[in-house]
Amino acid sequence: MSTTSSVLGRHDWSARLLKRQYFIYYMFILVLAGFALFLNDTGFLSPSNFMNIIRQTAPITIMAVGLSFALAVGHIDLSIGSVVALSAIVGAILLQYVGMPLAVAGALLTGVLVGLINGLLIERLRVSSLLITLGTMGVITGITRQVSNLESIPVIDPMFRALFGNGEFLGIPGLLWWTIIFALIGYLVMNKLVFGRHLLAVGGSPDAARAMGIRIENVRIKALVVCSLCAAIAGLLYAGRLAGARYTLGEADLLTVIAAVAIGGASLFGGRVSIIGAVIGSWLMGMINNGLILSGFSTDEQMITRGLILITAVAIGAREARNG
Amino acid sequence: MVRNALSQTILEVKGITKRFGGVEALRGVSFKVNKGEVVGLLGDNGAGKSTLVRCISGIHPPDEGDILIADKPVRFNSPMDARNAGVETVFQDLAIVPEFDVVQNLYLNREIRSSNPLLRWIGWLDTKAMTKRSQKSLNRLNSRIPSLSEKIINLSGGQRQAVAIARAVSWGAEVVIMDEPTAALGVEQSAQVNELIKLISSQGVAVVLISHNMQHVMDTCDRAVVLYQGRCSADVAIADVDKNDLVSLITGASGLQLAESA
Repeated sequence: MSTTSSVLGRHDWSARLLKRQYFIYYMFILVLAGFALFLNDTGFLSPSNFMNIIRQTAPITIMAVGLSFALAVGHIDLSIGSVVALSAIVGAILLQYVGMPLAVAGALLTGVLVGLINGLLIERLRVSSLLITLGTMGVITGITRQVSNLESIPVIDPMFRALFGNGEFLGIPGLLWWTIIFALIGYLVMNKLVFGRHLLAVGGSPDAARAMGIRIENVRIKALVVCSLCAAIAGLLYAGRLAGARYTLGEADLLTVIAAVAIGGASLFGGRVSIIGAVIGSWLMGMINNGLILSGFSTDEQMITRGLILITAVAIGAREARNG
Repeated sequence: MVRNALSQTILEVKGITKRFGGVEALRGVSFKVNKGEVVGLLGDNGAGKSTLVRCISGIHPPDEGDILIADKPVRFNSPMDARNAGVETVFQDLAIVPEFDVVQNLYLNREIRSSNPLLRWIGWLDTKAMTKRSQKSLNRLNSRIPSLSEKIINLSGGQRQAVAIARAVSWGAEVVIMDEPTAALGVEQSAQVNELIKLISSQGVAVVLISHNMQHVMDTCDRAVVLYQGRCSADVAIADVDKNDLVSLITGASGLQLAESA
């Protein structure tokens, strides 16, 4: 009987409402209300501004979905920011020689390759993903700078710019479509498919997953490939929207993406992620950026805010982990 | 006894030897387990119990000797081989994912997929079917688990053990090996697990039970196999011995004569 009552006790509604997975919604509403109050004469609340936020945040959202896959198996991928630049540069350079489909394929292949290398290095060397991806981040950034000669590479192809940039389909901006598609796929894979189930099992209890016959090394490598592939797509979206690629793309995105995913309720230690949380988390980060710009704050202050949000999210997560 | 009516050998271990470097952990261990029988596997620390279990469950293939399932020789190169042959092992860590609910754990890596061919191909989970079947297999065990959608972290130690046992049995295991299932449990929960062991054996499942608790062995087992320094030193019917006999067998004080008398 004592067990039953403790089970019920933990599911008491007040305890439920305070759970970390709901934190993102409170935070979102709070920030929204705050900015709405202080910025009511700047057009912050206008629908076009919100559409702008979602469009500008699309690459971050997609990276956040991708990073959720890595976090699900208990890995972190610090190389995503550098993959954004590499994929954009590769795509932009290829566009000068070949058609769009091949250029896109080349950029995506770059992402897959980086994910594969990350995964194989982590599994073969049995080193933490944090250190391996820190290393590959350096290598990739160096390669990107060298390949691009520190110059911007313009993207002229109108099809590419429409598809990945400012095009529209059925009256909905392309970047919103990308967001919707990736959020939906991410959610379905994580919650409805065998693959997602195995990702979470590997992250939640590698020993149990292995004992049940799951090939955990393969699952982890696949997760890193998905993560890197999402970063490569984010690179294409930047190249499309900005009509060009530059080695600085994605430079500041790593912190934003990690903060978005953490505040969205994912455990940075694996086994628990929320795709919806990650998407809303990325929008929260975008909204904060937008609000801070409209309030006249500088990029420095935006960066400070992102850092503080990450610390807050991690602190809440750690407290919940301790309290069970 | 009713159980003896089933006396058909399901698991037989013949002359198993396992060496680690220069150390012989097992030196020709042989024993049989009949259908629906509960056999206690006893022995002091280092007697070779864990190694033997690892051989039978496919983690370490033995260096010499044979394993027979229903009189057919088998060779297990991985735990999956053993599982597919009907030998399930419930280890002390239970191999369950704490963040997953009961159904998710019962069907981990054996998920039922949607019947729609396309959805099946992408690996769409048929949660309804899994829930339904989980309910059935737990009902069969008179389970006290409050809800199938309960996460494992919210369950008691005994309930977790029940989930692990239910998983083993629901996959059609004919032999379930349990490594110290009650070691971390309180009195009441241990009793529940013991009941569960008796229940599954009454349904024809053979159980090999590793335990240090002589009372539990006396309460649940039909027979006891005692390992001493890597050899099988005794194979006795529980009805013929008392707790003190078992202890002296384990410590090696009176191994051989009882082995002969049995």
